[in-house]
Amino acid sequence: MASVVVSFELNGRPAEVLARPMTTLQSVLRNQLGFTATKEGCRQGGCGSCTVLVDGEPMPSCLLPIEDVAGRRVTTLEGITPIDGLSPVQQAFLDGNGFQCGYCTPGMEMLATALLERNPSPGRDEIVEALGGNICRCTGYQPIVDAIEAAAGAASTGER
Amino acid sequence: MSDRLTVVGRSVQRSDGVGHVTGRTRFAADHTFPGMLHLKMVRSPVHHALIRGVDLSEAEHVPGFVRALTWRDVPHNVYTILGLIGVEPEEEFVLAQDRVRYRGEPIVAILAETEAAALEAVSKVRLDLEELPAVFDVEEALAPGAPIVTHWGSNAFMFEGHPFRRVRFGDVEAGFAQADEIVEAVYNSSPIEQAPMEPTGCIAVPEAGGRFTVYTNTQALYFSLDNTAIILQVPGKRLHFVGGTVGGGFGGKVDVIVEPIATLAAMKTDRPVRYVFSRSEEMQVSSTRSAWRIRIRDGVMRDGRIVARKVTSYADSGAYSRQTPYALTKHAANAAGPYAIPNVWIDAYCVFTNRTPSSAMRGFGVTMASFALEVQMDRIAERVGLDPWTVRFVNAYRNGDVKPHRKVVEDATLIETMQAAADLVGHELTDEQRAMTSAPRDGGAGGGGGTAGREVAGGRGGAAGREGAVGSGSVGTAEGGR
Amino acid sequence: MAKLRGTGISAVNYPTGMNLGGDPSQALIHATTSGSFVVSLSSADLGQGLRTVVGQIAAEVLGVAADEIVVDMADTDTGPHCMGTFASRATHRVGNAVRIAALEARDALMDVAAIELDAPVDRLVTDGQGNVLVASDPGRCMRVAEVAANAQFTYGRTISGRGSYMKPKSPVDPETGAMDPDSTEAHACTVAEVEVDTETGQVRVLSIRSAYEVGRQVNPALVRGQIVGGAFMGMSHALYETTEPYYPNDDHKPKDFSEYLMPGPAELPEIDCVVLEEPSSNGPFGVKGVGEMTANAPIPAIVNAIYHACGVHIDDLPVTPEKILRGLEARAAAE
Repeated sequence: MASVVVSFELNGRPAEVLARPMTTLQSVLRNQLGFTATKEGCRQGGCGSCTVLVDGEPMPSCLLPIEDVAGRRVTTLEGITPIDGLSPVQQAFLDGNGFQCGYCTPGMEMLATALLERNPSPGRDEIVEALGGNICRCTGYQPIVDAIEAAAGAASTGER
Repeated sequence: MSDRLTVVGRSVQRSDGVGHVTGRTRFAADHTFPGMLHLKMVRSPVHHALIRGVDLSEAEHVPGFVRALTWRDVPHNVYTILGLIGVEPEEEFVLAQDRVRYRGEPIVAILAETEAAALEAVSKVRLDLEELPAVFDVEEALAPGAPIVTHWGSNAFMFEGHPFRRVRFGDVEAGFAQADEIVEAVYNSSPIEQAPMEPTGCIAVPEAGGRFTVYTNTQALYFSLDNTAIILQVPGKRLHFVGGTVGGGFGGKVDVIVEPIATLAAMKTDRPVRYVFSRSEEMQVSSTRSAWRIRIRDGVMRDGRIVARKVTSYADSGAYSRQTPYALTKHAANAAGPYAIPNVWIDAYCVFTNRTPSSAMRGFGVTMASFALEVQMDRIAERVGLDPWTVRFVNAYRNGDVKPHRKVVEDATLIETMQAAADLVGHELTDEQRAMTSAPRDGGAGGGGGTAGREVAGGRGGAAGREGAVGSGSVGTAEGGR
Repeated sequence: MAKLRGTGISAVNYPTGMNLGGDPSQALIHATTSGSFVVSLSSADLGQGLRTVVGQIAAEVLGVAADEIVVDMADTDTGPHCMGTFASRATHRVGNAVRIAALEARDALMDVAAIELDAPVDRLVTDGQGNVLVASDPGRCMRVAEVAANAQFTYGRTISGRGSYMKPKSPVDPETGAMDPDSTEAHACTVAEVEVDTETGQVRVLSIRSAYEVGRQVNPALVRGQIVGGAFMGMSHALYETTEPYYPNDDHKPKDFSEYLMPGPAELPEIDCVVLEEPSSNGPFGVKGVGEMTANAPIPAIVNAIYHACGVHIDDLPVTPEKILRGLEARAAAE
């Protein structure tokens, strides 16, 4: 199959790549563009470590053919990190040790970011449900759920 | 140093935390290099077979194929990871030679320009295999007439002349004769995958001057470097290993399974080579926590005291030993549990079968011992009509007690830990249980201090006693947590 | 059919380190021109926070804040030998090596401070805030950073240190098993509460509550992280995980996370802990270790709780719904 040019928006900036059809968004991000915050835990759609936002919705980038993101808005963890600090979600993960090895963290934070965008004050059950597809082997999830709860609380009281 | 600790004991923020929450932390596979090749492995589709032939002709025509590596390319193809500390014999094949011993055993390494090309070429390699009978059960593997897995003719690892690691303490038969009750059970577990979120892998990069930099997620940098040097028969100075940021290990990244072949590939091609396990390889081929079978026979008095314990354990090592022989030694030192038992007999077998090799995992050799022993404690409690707390308090070891492997207990806090757990959950202890401590039974001064003299601290500041204000202390509760 | 509840306990020990063929780790440390310090290692942080805790140990010895220490974790061109991160050894072994290296660097620092402050070395102390001061006259005081800079630019001295810590090899007596395989022992007691659905065989873990005694905690939040994460892993081992569901038959090996069963956040029980500290005699500042053991005690506690809930002994991990139902059936048939 001949390669195709795919244009999309990446972290608020225009991006254009040449890739073979069915190349995954994950592969393009990591191997062509160097955006390595998006991890490769399984490349089977089973772990969520590669979660990115496409038009604001969390998706496993390892299952997404690059041609499917043409014209769409892709956000990676690099795209939600402020120049001068951390996003509320990142700050809450840092403060609450919502990570150990850090490998699932980008995917978890992208899920959390999308969740809080959709629902600024989710209940614990909603957080747990939103995390359903992403795997963490280190923390036992408790600190991750706590961190997202804290991020929601901080946002609602206007704290960073 | 001031008398008060100012940094130790504080929950300071993790120094790598910002990197982790921003995704700026670089893991091994986050490195990319121009001209990087991809390595994929041709693996055995069967459990046990003779290799009659390997046909690469079709694979070589796949566009993007660069070259294949077979056992003939590996300078020292037969190794054992623990050979570094004198464990013998060398027995695992970097690439299978004339025989495969487990499904998934690597036979041919394929190098290609892209991962897709490597996978396609792997699928085009034709293997001519003659299947052999295989054995999967640890006790069947030890029975006469079982298919022999190893190349030296025994399915049991030999521990200095014994087909098991043994502990003999007191007179276990006399203990059984004296006992009011005999409590027996068999405990089993199956293999468990470490399942770190970051798959095992490395990238080997040729540098100037004949050196190679290897970006790896090994848990043990020098273990990997030294084994790679042995396998490739190169001086260690030609190898430069960089790592230390590991996306979860749990023991799964203590094997030296990707670095030697990736480095060899980089040498043969003079190009960077990436070898990272797929999740399927992680699940099916990377080593697991061993399956265990643990038989326990306890002689118990009516008051709950265990007077004799006989443990026969079998760890399923799979086709090769990797770290498992060491797990049996560690197991043997812990197979009586944290209890004072006067008569103990332990036989701990490391058994070879035709399955994926097992190796290290969190709790190495002890996790399944703790499972078996602690379920057994409840069986004992029920048999003699005691509650589960009491049977543990009755048997808990104290400082000054001698463990079956002859080590004097120095740091016991089992009793205090049980008391704290009872408080945490609101379990009512008896006055007697409440008053117990781990202090020596003869009323001596307590543990501590003994081991320090046997360990070696080097460097000018290393003299004993430099710890100053922070020697021993009493048991106190620190930062509980809800 | 009913949902039955039960409580189970377990009490365990766990050893720190191994003797291997001798179990050493080494560390180097040096001051930079700006008075911060770099610790060079060839050790690995698996996510447990080793980088942070060895930095804390160096900071404690040098009397500076934790963020004055940069830890270069693992590079065989710059870091001296380390056996590796396994066997719950890293905080103990690497921590000791770093502590010893930092002590040597501290001596070098104090030699210079003695000249600068015109006081004997044995009267100098650090305050943990980055100052060196004369104990009897705290007004005579200098920043550690200033001492380090002067050492390099005025006196041409290096502020550096080497540290090595080793558990020597202890051969095992092949007849009796006599050996000295570890450095110290940590302990835990776990209480688990479960609910067994006798219709489906499903087990829900309601709570895992534990007391741990792990020696000195260098970083209590990270210790707690090990305990919570390990409790979840123990629950996962007890009820879900296997690469060979019909062991020793090895058909049905999983290929992915949908076939390799593990609980998710929806299965998260209440996890709670209390931590005791009985400093060890040989760990840095009395450290024992907590890395591996946290998955151990929950397994038998859960299995015992299942027995106390429904009267079925399961001695075969993982405790699947099928095993529970077969056990209940066998029990009913026996009655």
